[in-house]
Amino acid sequence: MPVKVRIPTQLRTLTGGAGEVSVDGSTVGEVLKGLDAAHPGFGRRLFDDAGQLRRFVNVFVAEEDVRFLQGLETPVAEGQTVSIVPAVAGG
Amino acid sequence: MTFVEGLRCRECARTYPAEALHVCEYCFGPLEVAYDYDGIAAATSRERIAAGPDTIWRYADLLPARAQGAVDLGAGFTPLVRADRLAAQLGLGELWLKNDTLNPTGSFKDRVVSVALTKARELGFKVAACASTGNLANSVAAHAARAGMESYVFIPRDLEQAKVVTTAVFGGNLIAVEGTYDDVNRLCAELAGEHPSWAFVNVNVRTYYAEGSKTLAFEVAEQLGWQTPDHVVVPIASGSQLTKIHKGFRELHRVGLLSEEPHLRVSGAQAQGCSPVATAFATGADHVRPVKPDTIAKSLAIGDPADGWYALDVVRSSGGAIGSVTDDEIVEGIRLLARTEGIFTETAGGVTIATLAQLASSGVVRRDERVVAYVTGIGLKTIDAVAPHVGPTATIAPTLEAFESAVEVDD
Repeated sequence: MPVKVRIPTQLRTLTGGAGEVSVDGSTVGEVLKGLDAAHPGFGRRLFDDAGQLRRFVNVFVAEEDVRFLQGLETPVAEGQTVSIVPAVAGG
Repeated sequence: MTFVEGLRCRECARTYPAEALHVCEYCFGPLEVAYDYDGIAAATSRERIAAGPDTIWRYADLLPARAQGAVDLGAGFTPLVRADRLAAQLGLGELWLKNDTLNPTGSFKDRVVSVALTKARELGFKVAACASTGNLANSVAAHAARAGMESYVFIPRDLEQAKVVTTAVFGGNLIAVEGTYDDVNRLCAELAGEHPSWAFVNVNVRTYYAEGSKTLAFEVAEQLGWQTPDHVVVPIASGSQLTKIHKGFRELHRVGLLSEEPHLRVSGAQAQGCSPVATAFATGADHVRPVKPDTIAKSLAIGDPADGWYALDVVRSSGGAIGSVTDDEIVEGIRLLARTEGIFTETAGGVTIATLAQLASSGVVRRDERVVAYVTGIGLKTIDAVAPHVGPTATIAPTLEAFESAVEVDD
């Protein structure tokens, strides 16, 4: 099932400049894995050596931080958008 | 001239040119300004600083932007006042207050905004923007007006009316967003990607912006006769201010302005209704779990603090603590400061004073320490917090009899 993923500027070199791409997956984890398969390099940028999301990467499904949902297990429904956003902002 | 060498990732140490960048492309870690400290040490001196303006720009050698042509409303060099009456109430000895309510728009944000927009102009930006809980909104709108820059200020819709009015009056674009500050912040992080010609002070120029908070350390050291306090108490929202105050004292030593290496304990203050960093401190966690804020201290209501991890690290490694206080304690903190020292602070200052009281009573802040508490914003912007608790002593007819019968006078 295709899902829209919004790409932050810092990672657009991996998508040929595209700010939004479409990948398959029914959970956040699957979507991000699909993103790495379609555009190699994402995995290394987003995940640390232990396979966890890096400390300064925030992921949102339908504008909600996945840490308030089920993390990488958070289901993603058709038509929803997954956003990858650098955590270092604000204050 | 400045002594900036470039930018460096705090996490993986990759280096970048000194442009409008805030995040490492490889690990998403925050970028920090890298300075030529030997060059600064050779150029700067206590005398050179004393001969500078009575603003943050007297410390330009240690800032990432040029003083000449700065976007400047006169931020900084606010009073450091000895607070004996408050100290007596709290059972403390030598207590000082850094009264940052006396900045041009009434909060410490004028320091960071002056640095951010000065740098933004150097980099060629013509539009200023920010995500704000209110104080930053005031400051960006005011400094942008002063500099003749267009501005886009984003705030949560439920902000105190005073902060909305005191931003809107400056005439830039003010956008109220249906959501919390964290929602506003995420929106701005995404907008910054779509509008690369805008200088979002706390997004794409955040690296420079945050450096402005170091002046809170520089001034305290200079005002204490080039000495450091033993213990500072600082409010935590994103955690950036606390981290930069610690960095500021260390830098003074690094460039030879302090003769002794600072041994400074740093403690943090949060509202219980938004205390992700205090919770991590209390539970010994090594990560900061975001929360949904619910507190009257809206200027500290950041549920997902960008520098929470670094603030936690500074507090732990310096031997400080992080306290958190209820909304009632915040109001009492505001009133205690007002009636003992004549300083009217906003809710964030209430958090700081109430936490200082808490840490004093638990023995974390000690009587034998020289303590500085940072009072970072003015009370006139959050009148609603104290309005239900204070008012006229009596309302009377304009006659002597009415006064004598309504008011008991000791004399």
